[in-house]
Parts: sequence; C-alpha cells; structure tokens
Amino acid sequence: MTTGTPEQATAIAAICRAHVEDFLYTEAALLDAWALDDWLLLFDEDAKYEVPCNDAPDGDPARDLMLIDDNYARLAARVTRLNSRRAHREYPHSRTNHQVFNVRVDVLADEISVTASFTVWRFRAGRSSCYVGRYRYRLRRRDGGFRIASKRAELDMTDLRSVADVAIIL
Amino acid sequence: MSTAIEPWVTQGTEAATQMPIVVEDAVTQRFRVHRSAMTSPHIHRAEIERIFAKSWLYVGHESEIPGPGDFVRRPIAGRPVFMVRGANSGNVNVFHNTCTHRGALVCRQDSGNSKVFQCFYHAWTFDSEGQLKGVPDRDAYAGGVNFDELGLKRVERVESYRGFVFASFDPDIDDLPTYLADAKDYIDLVIDGCGGSAEIVRGTNQYSFAANWKLLVENSIDGYHAESTHDTYFKYLVSIGTDLRGGVSGRAIDLGNGHAVIEYSSPWGRPVAKWEPLFGDDARTEIDRLRTDLVAYHGEDRAHTMAEVNRNMLIYPNLIINDIMAVTVRTFYPPAPDAVDVTAWALAPVNELPTLRQRRLDSFLTFLGPGGFATPDDVEALESCQQGFTSGGVAWNDISRGMGRVPMANDEEQMRAFWRRWQHQIGAAAEAGAQ
Repeated sequence: MTTGTPEQATAIAAICRAHVEDFLYTEAALLDAWALDDWLLLFDEDAKYEVPCNDAPDGDPARDLMLIDDNYARLAARVTRLNSRRAHREYPHSRTNHQVFNVRVDVLADEISVTASFTVWRFRAGRSSCYVGRYRYRLRRRDGGFRIASKRAELDMTDLRSVADVAIIL
Repeated sequence: MSTAIEPWVTQGTEAATQMPIVVEDAVTQRFRVHRSAMTSPHIHRAEIERIFAKSWLYVGHESEIPGPGDFVRRPIAGRPVFMVRGANSGNVNVFHNTCTHRGALVCRQDSGNSKVFQCFYHAWTFDSEGQLKGVPDRDAYAGGVNFDELGLKRVERVESYRGFVFASFDPDIDDLPTYLADAKDYIDLVIDGCGGSAEIVRGTNQYSFAANWKLLVENSIDGYHAESTHDTYFKYLVSIGTDLRGGVSGRAIDLGNGHAVIEYSSPWGRPVAKWEPLFGDDARTEIDRLRTDLVAYHGEDRAHTMAEVNRNMLIYPNLIINDIMAVTVRTFYPPAPDAVDVTAWALAPVNELPTLRQRRLDSFLTFLGPGGFATPDDVEALESCQQGFTSGGVAWNDISRGMGRVPMANDEEQMRAFWRRWQHQIGAAAEAGAQ
C-alpha cells in the first residue's frame, strides 16, 4: 500500500501508470510482431491467461466454461503451437493490431491491479475481424519492470459470430 | 465406375438436376456427394423446408431451467423461441417468441427467471404457461376477440429424452423415442456415465464460420482427420506425458434415421473415468473411485464402455454429443449455404466434485471450443473446403472410406448414414435444385 500524503500518492500513481502503459504497449508490440517467445518471458511461471465466455464475462474457471484458461505450462504450449506450421488456423499468421487504452491502475501494492480497454484487429486472407473488451492484469514489480501474474481478457461482444474463434492471443 | 450418372459434368457449384445428390454404388463400393449440396441456394432452401422444418431439433437441456419461471431463449432453425419452466405445471414449455397481438418478441433476455413475459410494445402480458393474463384497455375490444385463444403459441411438438429437450415444427413427426432410434442407447451411456443426471455448465460457445453446415456434421464425427489436422494437440498431450500408444481404434455405427456414432479407444483422459497426467496426481484416487462405482452399478463391460471409450455422436440433423476428453453438446444452423452458426456447451455430472469439475473443464478447453488447441483448426479446414468448392472442376466429394469392410472409427460409414437420410428426406427437392 502507498504511504504519505494524498498528493504524494497521486504522484506515485501517475508515475506508475506511465510505466504500466509502457509495459502494456511493449506487450502489444510483441504480440503484433508475433514475437511470442519474447512475449512469454513477460509472464511469471505461476501466471494465468484467461478469456471467459462472452455470456459469462465474470466466469470463474473453477466452475464455469471459459474460452481460454491457461496456466503457464499451457500458455507455453499455446506459444509452441502458434509458432509451428501446424496451427492451421494461424498458418500463415494473421496480421494483428493490439490497441490498449483507458488504462487504470487500481491498486498499488506488491501486486498491481490494472484494467484497460482493448481493441484487437485481426486481418487474414482478405477478412477482417475485431475483438473488443477489457483487460484485467495483475502485475508484479521485477528487475525495475513488471512481470505478468495474470492476464484476463473479458470480451464485450455478445458472441463470437463475427470473429469465429480466439485462435490468436488477445 | 458408375458413368451412367455423369450428367453432373456441370460447373462444380451448380445444383444438381435429374439425379440424386448422393450416389452410392454398391458394386464399385463408392459413395459420392455432389458438391452442390454445399453450395446451392436452392438446396439450402429445400433443407430449411424439408429437413429443419421436419426434424426434431435440440432446444436446450432441462438443467438450464431448474426452477419455476426459469427461461432461456434460443433460435432453433433460425427461429426465435424460448423455453420456460411453467410455474403451475412444472413442465418445460417451448413457445414461439412473438406476441400474439402484433408480433414483437416477448422474451428479450437470453436467460433469467420471470413470472410473466410482457410485450413492451403494447404491454400484453403472458404467464410462464403461455396464458394471456393482461391486455391494457381490454374493454376497447368487441366480443369477437377471444383472449383465451391469444396465449403464446407453442412450438408444435416438444419432448425430451434424458434431459435433452427437442422441439419440432412438424405436427405429424414420429414421437421422439422412435425418432432417436438406436441413438437412445448412446445417450444413455453418456448420462448413465454421469451418474444418471447431467447439467449444462455455465458459459456458452457461440461462433460462426463460412462453411456449409453439413461439413460440420462430417467433421464432428470424423476420426480420419484427427491425426493430420490436430497434430499440435497430440504433440501437447505427449509433452505432458500422455501415452498415445493405445491409438484411436474403434468402429463406426449407423444408429438409424440418420443418427450415427463412432466409438473408439481413448488416448486421452476422461473425467469419467480414465485418469491421465493432465488431471494431476491428486485426481487419480477420485477418478479411480468413479470407475469402481461404474463397475458396481453397471458391470465391468458397460463400465469399460462408459469410462474408457469415446463417443462422437450425431443426432440427425444438427445435434452433436461428443463424449470425449469432456462432454460437449453442439448444435448448429445454416443462415446461408456457406455459413453456419454454432452454439456449444459443456455437459457434466450433477454434483460433480469441484476438483473434478475443474479438471473436466480444463480437459475440455485443451481441445474444444473457439480458444482450444483443435476447434480453430477444424474451422480452418471446413472454410478451406468451402473455398475449394468454388474453384469448380471437381464436382463430387468422396465419402467411400471403409466401404467393403466392417466400418472402423477412422472410416466414413457414420457420414454415409447421415447422407443417406439427408438424400431420402430432401428427395426430389434436391433434384429440382437447378430450376
């Protein structure tokens, strides 16, 4: 938790948000470059990556069906799969553009809780699709930067009819 | 070669004339489907009239509406309906979702609980049994309007089997058990394997893609494609220590009336009840106990079938119940010849231990669903087929694999069962396709 005067706390939060934004932009750039091995290095080894179903954005993977519920091992397997030429839905890869905005740093503590809006554009074989929703991150300070403890992408679309699948990483 | 039926030497995307779409030659043991079945708007329209209006179609599962007034709304065959548990009767009612006054939807939420369904347009109000209970300014109507007859319109036929609710727009259709034929036994295996009572897990997969719906029928019960299309999934299983040496040997069975199943040995784990490394050591005791219970209740043979054998089952025309590394229930509808809307759920035993439920969902997600390691590649394959059809030059698909031997799970007999029924039902409409 922060200490000191409210003014100091506000100043720290502002600095922190700038750092968090830089981190999220870097992550987005790695995804757009399909530098997935480098992207995976952003995650701690107990990390989670979750995407709930459209009709249950508050979905709990212990009870509810998710679209994606990766622990680190499966996230690594997802990266291996997407790097191969045998992930047919993503070979050749889509062009993507991960856009992150409305970043809010909700809790300043050992773990930093971040929410942000996202738009992920995906273009492939003459088709375009667009994912819109909210990111929820838990970040940990590490080596002067951050590591991702969890990343959750809650979709605002009411279904996946317009995008077919979530074969890319959001 | 059955050259007598070669008047099909038209463009690949043109509809058939004079000849059936599905051609089976017992002498040469070839089975072919003309590709116009997947591309023709005429055949698509015929399917809506002759198949989707004349079959039992899956609406939902009784577990989705456990209490009085619980409801879910659904499209079935593209038509908005809703399923509600009657507060008085306790029955599952399926109504056309339209006000009897001037048409607006009366159920405008995807799910919930309500005593009444009020049309917001003029505030006509219906109860969960469909009765018209409220009409503002009722005195303005003369005596000729009988409000008792203006209740919500029920879908013609509604029946359920082991919790699966089906509806049909055809008043003269066979009763559901007759229609399901031998598929009943396989539904029994799934539900008895769940301890006799199953439920839909919260969270729905709703996705669409650009391929004909019958390609998804084929794909959902296709053992042949698994090894080639889903290489990355099998590599993942091996990487976490799964022993694939048992393979996927098994058989394909025609269940009658267009229904079919492939059943085969499971290289992957099954939450009921075959342990594998993915489930973790903690789950081993519990899964072994489930297996022991199945033997106690059902005997060794049936318990073996429930626990260790996979089932990919088609309930004609558009319901898939795949009891594999988890159980998925999947239904779909074609808004156009080259488009399909898919809705899928996870089915699980009622009162499943929370730890096992989590393992089950985990197992589901590795393979199934729009974010899984397999389903997106199936979508790619089916869209690729649909694109291939537009190239023309090749007029027929070949579905002959395994003819002339006892059909195996990697053969195509299960698809032939579907196509024979499809041809029978669509009949002359397909022949008239080019008009």
